[in-house]
Amino acid sequence: MTDVALPRPKLSERDTVAAKILRFTMKAPVQLALVVLGLVWLVPTVGIFLTSILPAQAFTIKGWWQVFSKPSVATWQNYSSVLHNHTITHSLVTTAEIAIGNTLIVIVVGALAGYAFAWLEFPGRDWIFIGVIALLVVPLQMALIPMFTLYNHLSLYDTVLGIVLFHAAFGLPFAIFLLRNFFVGIPKDILESARIDGASEIRIFLRLILPLGLPAIASLAIFQFLWTWNDLIVALTFAQNVQPITVAIFSNLRQFGANIDLIAPASFISLLVPLCVFFAFQRYFVQGLLAGSVK
Amino acid sequence: MTAGSVTAEPPTGVAPQAASGPGLRRYLTGTLFLLPAFVLLSVWILYPTVYTIVRSFYGRSGFDEFVGIDNFKALFTTSTLTTAIKNNLIWVAVVPAFVTAVGLIFAVLTERVSWSVAFKTVVFLPMAISAFATGVTWRIMYVQDPNLGAVNAVGRAVVDTVNPPGVLSDALPSTPQLTGSAQQGMVLQTPLRAGSVALIGLTGIPPASLPAGAAQAVQPAAKPGRIVGVVWRDFKPGGGVPGKVEPGEVGLPGVTVQLRDSQNKVVKTSAAQDDGTIDFGVVAPGTYHAGVSAGTFAKPWGGYAWLGTKLITPSLLIAYIWIWAGFAMVVIAAGLSSMPRDVLEAARTDGATEWQVFRRVTVPLLAPVLSVVFITMIINVLKVFDLVITLAPGSSQNAASVIALAMWRTSFGGVNDFGVGSAIAVFLFVLVVPVLALNVRRFRREVA
Repeated sequence: MTDVALPRPKLSERDTVAAKILRFTMKAPVQLALVVLGLVWLVPTVGIFLTSILPAQAFTIKGWWQVFSKPSVATWQNYSSVLHNHTITHSLVTTAEIAIGNTLIVIVVGALAGYAFAWLEFPGRDWIFIGVIALLVVPLQMALIPMFTLYNHLSLYDTVLGIVLFHAAFGLPFAIFLLRNFFVGIPKDILESARIDGASEIRIFLRLILPLGLPAIASLAIFQFLWTWNDLIVALTFAQNVQPITVAIFSNLRQFGANIDLIAPASFISLLVPLCVFFAFQRYFVQGLLAGSVK
Repeated sequence: MTAGSVTAEPPTGVAPQAASGPGLRRYLTGTLFLLPAFVLLSVWILYPTVYTIVRSFYGRSGFDEFVGIDNFKALFTTSTLTTAIKNNLIWVAVVPAFVTAVGLIFAVLTERVSWSVAFKTVVFLPMAISAFATGVTWRIMYVQDPNLGAVNAVGRAVVDTVNPPGVLSDALPSTPQLTGSAQQGMVLQTPLRAGSVALIGLTGIPPASLPAGAAQAVQPAAKPGRIVGVVWRDFKPGGGVPGKVEPGEVGLPGVTVQLRDSQNKVVKTSAAQDDGTIDFGVVAPGTYHAGVSAGTFAKPWGGYAWLGTKLITPSLLIAYIWIWAGFAMVVIAAGLSSMPRDVLEAARTDGATEWQVFRRVTVPLLAPVLSVVFITMIINVLKVFDLVITLAPGSSQNAASVIALAMWRTSFGGVNDFGVGSAIAVFLFVLVVPVLALNVRRFRREVA
């Protein structure tokens, strides 16, 4: 920009104002388009929230966008009854157990393996790592039937542990891939000097790798947490009475209109947690996403 | 700085003391570090993969019933399964291209505004929400009644502008003199001349759909040289006499009455007042007929059945693009920001238009990023499940089915055929293998 302006240095200030106005009017259509698109993208989320504060009877009479039109029918009654609904509150606890337990396992197991692939020498290391990357695309549908059968034998069916371990295994290839790539970037000198000082590998792992790898671990944790929090298919397959929130709401979908006063607020509560996580750790979330796809 | 973009210190060939004592210890340590991952990956991914492949050659009852490739044949002969495959083909054909294009447009546009972070956050938001909650959300958006479903409400706003609905959608004639129906329009058979009074009585109008402002109907007095009349709701609580304007019966303001001559040509029109009166003014000698056109009775637009069997797949695609556009946008925007600015500036200085810069410089430079987004979306779309099972109501699920959903419904949704279920899973696996090969090649190039 400045290069272009150089040959004409005598431009008066009025010209720059004119240029500013010109630039603004050139940008106006883009601004407008983005405002409209942004609103369009926001509408569904606003819609489910407003539906969730609509009284049950009103769902078949009023559109959610009329919830505040006079006379306002907005009410917190739905939320109050959902939070007093034992099935729903219990399922929220189950969801949290699954999401947190699984995230911890994936971080620990993934970091151990990621470190081994990045900094330990053993034969066939890179080939094994390629094998792990290959597992990245195995659809979990491949494991549903055998694990369903196996879980029944091992009494893991309908347990939080069964769901957690299934998620952990399918989260591992990405975890190892992400962490190995991050650990490899840790300056070699730091590790070498620690080794020369006689530190054991486990000590290096705990004292050096984990603290230095924190950004990548944070990204991974957020991903894994959201993935399991939002899961439907695994819990639907491997559990009956152990219901995370998605499954608990899912069983009400058959009578969508009649159960909307439960479905909408419960769904909104279920998406509130990922939303908060997302807003709190947006940076890590995007970093993890980029590490997983770009490159 | 992304974790993945850190260049790898080449580890290959840096193991001079591998055979010595400490090397062996390291080998053992390596095993210990890898053991938990190895157990999880073998038991939960490797073993099941082999099991499912073998299982797909056996029948429903188990490993005592070898059926060869019958399960795979079923995949292409059972109508619910072929529908699922066809639908998934539509998904693959539409979604990756759309998501990549939308993401690219968003990423390029947001570069020009100062509030890009706000926009990106809003568009990226659906990525954090579960596909399940998205399904619920869009089910609310897609409700058919335009008074309740937002998508059809917008549709109606458009349709009503182009083609406004009539004031009365379900009226019937009250006397035999008035013939016709709401679909064709109605004609008063009584011949009219200058000085006549036309009585057009209608019934079957629920109080809720009475036009606003309707007041007590008045039968106007005949006027010499003119044709006058009244259009009214020929009914009052308790009945009333058909064909007679009585107290308690109201006019139908807004109804447009046409006056047709003997050639059935419309010569005059008159809109009814609040009390229902119409006045065609002075007319030439001759006989006329009064009629109400079909437009008056046009029903308001009822909305599309987005969740019905015909439109369910497009509806799903829209919701899915809504989720993933943010992903494409963020990845492409990262690619854009790492693009050499001077190349773009050079093109602009050389007099290229913005479109040319975009088409000839930006897009080619972004090609690697765009292909990553595209490939990622192909995999995602092949595995799509949650959104379909949530958004499609039970009655539309056969029409909406995709491979992953068909696999689940065949295996766990009541049919419980693990043979065919395994075959579907293997089919899905085979579809993603090329992508696997691509990933491995990318990594090997990276290491080498």
